[in-house]
Amino acid sequence: MPEKTDTAESQITKPMDEQSASSSAHHEVSPHLEPKPAEAAASTEAIFDCKGVDVLYSGKLAVADVDAPIMKNEITALIGPSGCGKSTFLRCLNRMNDLIPGAEVRGSIVYHGQDLYAKDVDPVQVRKHIGMVFQKPNPFPKSVYENIAFGPKVVGMKGDMDEIVESALRRASLWDDVKDRLKDNAFGMSGGQQQRLCIARALAVQPDVLLMDEPCSALDPISTNRIEDLMLELKEDFSIVIVTHNMQQAARVSDKTAFFTVDMTGGESNRVGRLVEHDITEKIFTQPSDKRTEEYVTGKFG
Amino acid sequence: MTGAQIAAKAATQTTVISRRSKKDTRRESGFALIMWGALAIICLSIAVLLTTIVVDGLPRFSMDLFTNQPSKVNPATSGIQSAILGTLYLMAITAALVIPVGIATAIYLEEYADSTKWFNRFIELNIQNLASVPSVVYGLLGLAFIVRGPLDLGPTLMAGGITLTLLVLPVVIIVAREAIRAVPPSIRDGALALGATKWQTIWKQVLPGSISGIATGVILALSRAIGETAPLIVIGAAVSPRFNPDGLGSAFTAMPVQIFAYSKDADTQFLELASATILVLMGLLLLMNSIAIYLRNRFEQKW
Repeated sequence: MPEKTDTAESQITKPMDEQSASSSAHHEVSPHLEPKPAEAAASTEAIFDCKGVDVLYSGKLAVADVDAPIMKNEITALIGPSGCGKSTFLRCLNRMNDLIPGAEVRGSIVYHGQDLYAKDVDPVQVRKHIGMVFQKPNPFPKSVYENIAFGPKVVGMKGDMDEIVESALRRASLWDDVKDRLKDNAFGMSGGQQQRLCIARALAVQPDVLLMDEPCSALDPISTNRIEDLMLELKEDFSIVIVTHNMQQAARVSDKTAFFTVDMTGGESNRVGRLVEHDITEKIFTQPSDKRTEEYVTGKFG
Repeated sequence: MTGAQIAAKAATQTTVISRRSKKDTRRESGFALIMWGALAIICLSIAVLLTTIVVDGLPRFSMDLFTNQPSKVNPATSGIQSAILGTLYLMAITAALVIPVGIATAIYLEEYADSTKWFNRFIELNIQNLASVPSVVYGLLGLAFIVRGPLDLGPTLMAGGITLTLLVLPVVIIVAREAIRAVPPSIRDGALALGATKWQTIWKQVLPGSISGIATGVILALSRAIGETAPLIVIGAAVSPRFNPDGLGSAFTAMPVQIFAYSKDADTQFLELASATILVLMGLLLLMNSIAIYLRNRFEQKW
């Protein structure tokens, strides 16, 4: 990818300004989550810096020792066999794991220079900045309009709600599909439309990062294609981390790929997910440095 | 080939799929017969009940029933106005108390309580048990703690309302918990992932998603409450008062209590009055159950 560096360069500064301006204007952001200026210069590129991240469920290690910087305005794909902890790791990035009783995260995840798991960080504030789209489309049983407006309302965004809804739907390229039926119940939409609605809903609160947990696994190939196109558009303004079972999808859309695997050296009942390799997607799929990665991407296991 | 020929051929031929055995057929029709029998018992008893009540009560079912006050001596001019109003007041008080307390408890148990903690499991178990405690026991509780004892309200409407609230609270909690549990976790995740707080998620997504189930349960619980006789008698509801209740501190009677009072009397005219009162009470219960069914069908959320 020869032109990569210079387009990435120009994207960094622009949305950075936009984002800090919009977040201070629209949300009441806790001061802890504002990028610290001193460190911001050092970490302009990395949006997340994960060091030695362990996830435990009821004291049992589920994911061990993940070190991975996640870059701004890139799509990072997390791939690997079932049970390798890629979804678990994804849910650490916006503290959704806090909702699971008995879940515990160790190590450090630094977001814009700030430890997400520091004592004084409110997980609710974290999720305003780091949006999430789930495996199965989960629209609220309400109208299309209310689905989008819910987020901006609860985070207390100011401004014309109609405009906020329209711009979120346009950004998810759903506006033309639904502009005449904003009052219809979202449950009447197709699966692909529902998932784009969920993406639009996440975008409406103007996050900085979008986490996607196998967003296309319940969708047909055409809907999948539309969502992939959408992701490529969205990375202009957002950073995206996507968990996918589909290696072709990772290869098509992502800039970086992280390969996780299941470590069973502790026995079948002590399965632990580990990050094997994290690199430029092209390199992961063509000349991976780890043998396990090669076996996985060439289809020898998983 | 005629039917008989086919049958004859079939009898001589060994087939791949074995033929229906006579034993199976007999067993099937046997079960059907048992089920029809069970149904017949229900239908018959309802029919007998309804006929008796309608035959006895219909002659007394007139405006006089609604406008006159009860009397212990003069059946010809007796009505049940104070009992109807008493029942409506009791229903209102019970609803006002049981809805907030029941829903709040259900939300706590479903959304906040850590079910691995022993005291939460203990509370859950006790609520299940309370739902099956006989209503007369609640009456004694009401008498000891609400009518007398710490609250010392006397045999008033408020005391009756609180007693009935305690009686139906476990049922409301159980039904509300089921309705809340029916809201899929993905809805909660979706709201929380947008930066909603736990309370915003519950208030704006979980409760609206479960409200039809909760409303249905509350109405059914209230219809149980207004049909209760024993607890009201135990706490000392008035018999045949000739005045309408005029506030929470007023003495009162209710339809079931009045039915009990009238049916104890040897005078057949009082028995007719009891039947007419039953008709009014059953009409009210039917109305409430219809509302519950309507709510369920109209607003039930399919996930």
